[in-house]
Amino acid sequence: MASVTERASRPNLLLLAARFRETGIVVVILLIVAAVSLRTPYFLTPDNFRDILLNIAILSIVALGQTMVILTRSIDLSVGSIIGLSAMVVGLAVRDNPDLPPVLALLMGIGLGMALGGINGLLVTLGRVPPIIATLGTLSVYRGLVLVVSKGQWVDAYRLPAGFVQMSKSEALGVPNLLLFAAAVAIGVAYFLGHTRLGREIYAIGSNPTAAQLAGIPVSQVLFLVFVLSGALAGGAGVLWASRFAAVANDTASGFELQTVAAAVVGGVNIFGGSGTVPGVLLGSLLLGIIANALTLVHISPFWQLAVQGLVILLAVVVDALISRRLQRALALRARRMAPA
Amino acid sequence: MTMTPTASGRTAAREPSILPTLLLRWETLLIVLLLLGAVGNAYLSENFLDVTNLFNMTVDFMEKSIIALPMALIIVSGNIDLSVASTLALSAIVMGVLFQAGWNVWLASLAGLAVGALAGLANGLLVTRVRLPSLVVTLGTYALYRGLASAIVGDEALSGFPDDFTTIGQGYLPGTPVPVPLAIFLVLVVPFALLLHRTSFGRLVYAIGSNEEACRFAGVAVDRIKVILFVLAGLMSALAGLMLNARFGATRADVGAGFELDVITAVVLGGVDIFGGQGTILGVVLALFLIGELRFGMSLNNVPAQVQTIAIGLLLILAIILPRLLRARSGGRRVASA
Repeated sequence: MASVTERASRPNLLLLAARFRETGIVVVILLIVAAVSLRTPYFLTPDNFRDILLNIAILSIVALGQTMVILTRSIDLSVGSIIGLSAMVVGLAVRDNPDLPPVLALLMGIGLGMALGGINGLLVTLGRVPPIIATLGTLSVYRGLVLVVSKGQWVDAYRLPAGFVQMSKSEALGVPNLLLFAAAVAIGVAYFLGHTRLGREIYAIGSNPTAAQLAGIPVSQVLFLVFVLSGALAGGAGVLWASRFAAVANDTASGFELQTVAAAVVGGVNIFGGSGTVPGVLLGSLLLGIIANALTLVHISPFWQLAVQGLVILLAVVVDALISRRLQRALALRARRMAPA
Repeated sequence: MTMTPTASGRTAAREPSILPTLLLRWETLLIVLLLLGAVGNAYLSENFLDVTNLFNMTVDFMEKSIIALPMALIIVSGNIDLSVASTLALSAIVMGVLFQAGWNVWLASLAGLAVGALAGLANGLLVTRVRLPSLVVTLGTYALYRGLASAIVGDEALSGFPDDFTTIGQGYLPGTPVPVPLAIFLVLVVPFALLLHRTSFGRLVYAIGSNEEACRFAGVAVDRIKVILFVLAGLMSALAGLMLNARFGATRADVGAGFELDVITAVVLGGVDIFGGQGTILGVVLALFLIGELRFGMSLNNVPAQVQTIAIGLLLILAIILPRLLRARSGGRRVASA
């Protein structure tokens, strides 16, 4: 409560830290850009940046879904498998019905993702299974279903109709469609989280589930909803994935859940829920994309990729924990000093 | 040794309690399922009940079983370790690389064990010093350790281990049909069961899982116990990695990928409460053999491994939902009888 009363008198520490969190990522990004461009001038070319942006478009879409889940103190480890299953189901459908309009294919993927996310949501709310365990279970169930659906085969590039492949490749006003999709999702999620009642309830649940319940927020329904939304975004991303890479393998997007968690956590989303912003997550995705791109450009073996990801996640959560603990201590001290007055 | 009434199923079961504890019933249920599975498998294959066959069946899941022992303790303490399979890979790769660099195979194995212990120590310190949830820490090290393994060897395979080393994965106790991996597991079960059920350390593990805050106020060295648990998990994961190296006679960076799912499934299916404070080693051992039997039966029916994971995933979810429902019912009865 101290922070509310003090906001008028002094610059709020927490607000400052929140601002610092995003500037922090920007500084790290600039440092990496400077260091890598000194070694390889190609890094700073528009072509390369276009590549980086295209590479993180799908990641940022799924990471924003993951963010909504994490904001409620949950986690969705099944997104990689949902992408894989959606890509396979829609890929097969498009292969067998070349006349299927791409928009319908996209809707199909989103619908499938919603259903799969709905199962996660039911397990968490009705079944009261902890999210990490529920989605660890569905991670393997959905991935196993990919194999059942595909019967072990791939969907090859030459079997996918050109219209479907073009969905992610063509451009509007010089901007690739893939980036437009990502931008639309980002704007939609930002508006939803920041300006709707439901969005604010998501933050409230993450900050204090008990208080949220007491305040009359339908916690279970909101939890169910965030899993459906995360599933929907992952399902849509699966279709874009199939379109972009023009092929679907059985292990499509396997392990991708880790990158979405990394993008969110690096972007300043508190893993205990309750705080995090859309611009932060976009910056987090960008940072991961730049690191991956830089590793390739400075000829570091791609086998380092996973280790670097793990390290980045750990660094982000450790730094966050240290900062927020110092802040809490400072706030508690000030609250005590203010108390007698 | 005092036998105080506590959360432990085993001690509680010996008391003249009106209510039979859920854990006892859970373990009975596991035994029934195990027998049903045996009947089913015997029906599918007439060779199933052959003694040699039964012993050989166990070899497929002993590495996971060895990791499940410390995992049970970690989950009872209210924590989780998602990095075990990655620790396994890192240790296996370090051992393989050192061996190929000319180290003595046992010295290389010792180094592999040390790497596992260090990996566990890093997990433990991040959880206790930085006060991060074990879930987040081990999700990060899950990527880091596997990533390091793959950074060290890329997509190369390491092989050429000598026969006296491969024995620990492929051999039999001399003059018996008992595979060495099973023997190693049985030798380890006893100290882990004693540690959890018959020592003050074990009592404290339950206590931390039931109420960590209260333990801290009571002066329990919570952090030290947690670090020890994570080091144990690292060490056992490393041992499992060495056993896999020995069993396959070769190793790659993706060795044991996905093991954490099977291990956690077995522990939870064994009746360990995912929120901590409850569970027994006996239940975990029964669950391990049940899952092993299930996978064996599916393999007999030519079910592909990836589809088998569907069954394991479903089992994991059911293993959580079912006891919750049973507990809700027995809780209701307790209210009614009071």
